[in-house]
Amino acid sequence: MGCGACLQGFGAVEAARGSEMMSAVAVRTGLPGTSLRVDKETLAGTKSQVEPLELELIERVLGGQHEAFRELVRPCERAVFMATQAILKNEADAEDAAQEAILKAFTNLAKFRGDSKFSTWLVRIATNEALMKLRKERRHKLHDSLDDGRKDDNGNYVPQDFADWREIPSEALQTKELRQALSWALASLTPKHREVLVLRDVQHFTIEETATRLGIGKSAVKTRLLRARLQMRDALAPGMDGSWSTGRREYKQVRPW
Amino acid sequence: MVIEISCEEVWREVSNYLDDEITPELRARMREHFKGCKHCTAVLDGTRNVVRLVGDAKAFVLPAGFSDRLYQKLDRKLSKDGPS
Repeated sequence: MGCGACLQGFGAVEAARGSEMMSAVAVRTGLPGTSLRVDKETLAGTKSQVEPLELELIERVLGGQHEAFRELVRPCERAVFMATQAILKNEADAEDAAQEAILKAFTNLAKFRGDSKFSTWLVRIATNEALMKLRKERRHKLHDSLDDGRKDDNGNYVPQDFADWREIPSEALQTKELRQALSWALASLTPKHREVLVLRDVQHFTIEETATRLGIGKSAVKTRLLRARLQMRDALAPGMDGSWSTGRREYKQVRPW
Repeated sequence: MVIEISCEEVWREVSNYLDDEITPELRARMREHFKGCKHCTAVLDGTRNVVRLVGDAKAFVLPAGFSDRLYQKLDRKLSKDGPS
C-alpha cells in the first residue's frame, strides 16, 4: 500500500471508542496512573487519532511480539523516507535518518501516547532525526543559498519562465530522468517550503491537515505552497517543452521582460 | 462584467485557484484573465502539471532495497533488546 494512501486511511476514530482503547493501552503497557489520567482527560475533549489496527499492533509489540512492529511500520516507510528526504537532499543520508528514526520508534514505543496517529508520531521522529543530521553537517547555509528566487517588491515569488509547456504525461514517470529531476527540484526548495509541498501534494493531506501537522496556520500553508509549486515548476521547466516525453533536449525559455 | 486582474495578482492566487481556495468572484476574474494571457495560462498549466506529477505514486519511490536493509537492522536490534 502506498503510504500517502495509508496515512489518509488513518481516519479519525470515534472519540469515545478511542479514549477507551487508549486507556486500555495505558493500563496494559503498565504506564503510571498519572499518565492514564492525563490520557483520559486529553482524549475526553479530542478525537483519538489511533486506528484500532494500530493499537492492536502496538499492544502486540509491547507484549513482546516484536515481529508485529514490521506490520506497524511497513505502511509508513514511504512517508518516513519522504520526511527525511525533504530535509536531507542526499538519498543515502535520508535513508540512514529514516532507518534510525524507525529504530528509535521501536525503542521508545511505550512512550507513544496515542494523541496523534502512529504515522504522525513516527514522521515527527524522522523529521527530528533528519534535522539533527542536517545540523551536524552544517548544511543550513546551502539551503539558504538556494532560496534566491526572483521576488517582486512585495516579496512575492515571480515565475521565472512563461513558456507554454507540453504536459508531462504520468507515463513519463517511468523514466529515471524525470524522477531524478523531480527529486532535484524538490531538493532545491527550502525545508519549510518542501515539507508543505510533501504533505499537501505528495501525501495528499488537505490544507487544514497540513497546517495541523506542522503547527502553522492555514494561510501560512497556502503561502508556502504557492511558492513551492511555482518554484518546482520553474525548476522543471527545461524539461517541460516536451523533452520529458519526446527525448528532445532543446528548450527555449520565454521571459516577457 | 468582471473586474480585470493583473498578472501579479494571478500569480499570487494560482495555487489557491488549483486548490479551489478562492471566492467564485475571484475565480471568474482569473478565468477571464487566462483567456487573454498566454503567459499566465502557461504558469497555471505548468503548476497544475507539477501538482499532478509530484502527487503520482510513481514520482517518489523508496530506494531499491530500502525495506530489506531496514528489516535487517531491525532484526539485529530485536535480537539484542526490545522496546523499553
